[in-house]
Amino acid sequence: MTLWITVLATGVGCYLLKYAGLAAPRRLLDHPLVSRFALIVPVALLAALIALQTVADGDRLVLDLPRLGGLVAAVVALLLRAPFLLVIVAAAGTAAGLRALGVG
Amino acid sequence: MNQSASFSPPLPALLGRPPVRDGLGVGLAVGFSGLAFGTSAVTAGLSVAQACALSLLAFTGASQFALVGVVAGGGSLVAGALGALLLGGRNTLYGLRLADLLQFRGARRAAAAHGVIDETTAVALAQSGRSDARAGFTATFVTLFALWNATTLVGALATERIGDPAVFGLDAVGPAIFLALLWPRLREGGRTLAVALLGAAIALAATPFLPPGLPVLLASVAALVTLFPRRTGPAGGGAR
Repeated sequence: MTLWITVLATGVGCYLLKYAGLAAPRRLLDHPLVSRFALIVPVALLAALIALQTVADGDRLVLDLPRLGGLVAAVVALLLRAPFLLVIVAAAGTAAGLRALGVG
Repeated sequence: MNQSASFSPPLPALLGRPPVRDGLGVGLAVGFSGLAFGTSAVTAGLSVAQACALSLLAFTGASQFALVGVVAGGGSLVAGALGALLLGGRNTLYGLRLADLLQFRGARRAAAAHGVIDETTAVALAQSGRSDARAGFTATFVTLFALWNATTLVGALATERIGDPAVFGLDAVGPAIFLALLWPRLREGGRTLAVALLGAAIALAATPFLPPGLPVLLASVAALVTLFPRRTGPAGGGAR
């Protein structure tokens, strides 16, 4: 029962967090400092996610060569101007390949 | 809902629009990780219904995995929920940005709010112009929502392990997707690239010291750099 309450509270809370940003008052959004901050903040957050999803495991930093190799493959594919799906396939294929070879 | 033939483009033309294609691609690539979520949720002790409810209501992968991780580790449910909400806090920041870009109002805004997550934000920001941003956002949201919830159910029902998703390199998919979407902005170089590197550095440095969820939020501090006028250089860089 308490687990249900936790699940529902988390679900509702997550929605309200999303709505709060999207429905922020006009005056707040029009403030030049807020708009400059909002314009660039996804770049910082997404870059942080890329870094953590590559080398973090919970609250530990780990050197997982297959995951790292996947990211390197993605960078190479992007530098070669590969289409989006090819970038993803290159990353997953490299990580899976390295693991199959017993790396990591 | 307005079935007016003259206004609805034929399906192939619609699917061929670049923002829609981006959205479908991201939705399909990420949506299958619902399998991993459903599996780990049930393994952690959630019922199939609870796993599905979480995917339907929370619909933000990192938060869901955080809650399930705490439940699996026998941690307190309050701590699990707080961790999930901390991770969900970045969606508020995404919303601030998307509010201006998408300009949805009323009921559409209330519905679109549910779709404000990493993937939809990344796709919307990669488009140019409001119409393409809306199309990209909506295509990603719809595809991902449908697939994420369907695969959560399948994963939860299958319960016994589908296998380790890492074997298929699926854990490398997330970073690659975000990198590919961020790439055009990173190529701008200058401050944008600096903010990205600083954000990543802050998150990495904070990871050993803070509970999961906080380091990513803390990375937003990197964006504060842009609030200061560029007037530090001796060459009068403030003149643009």
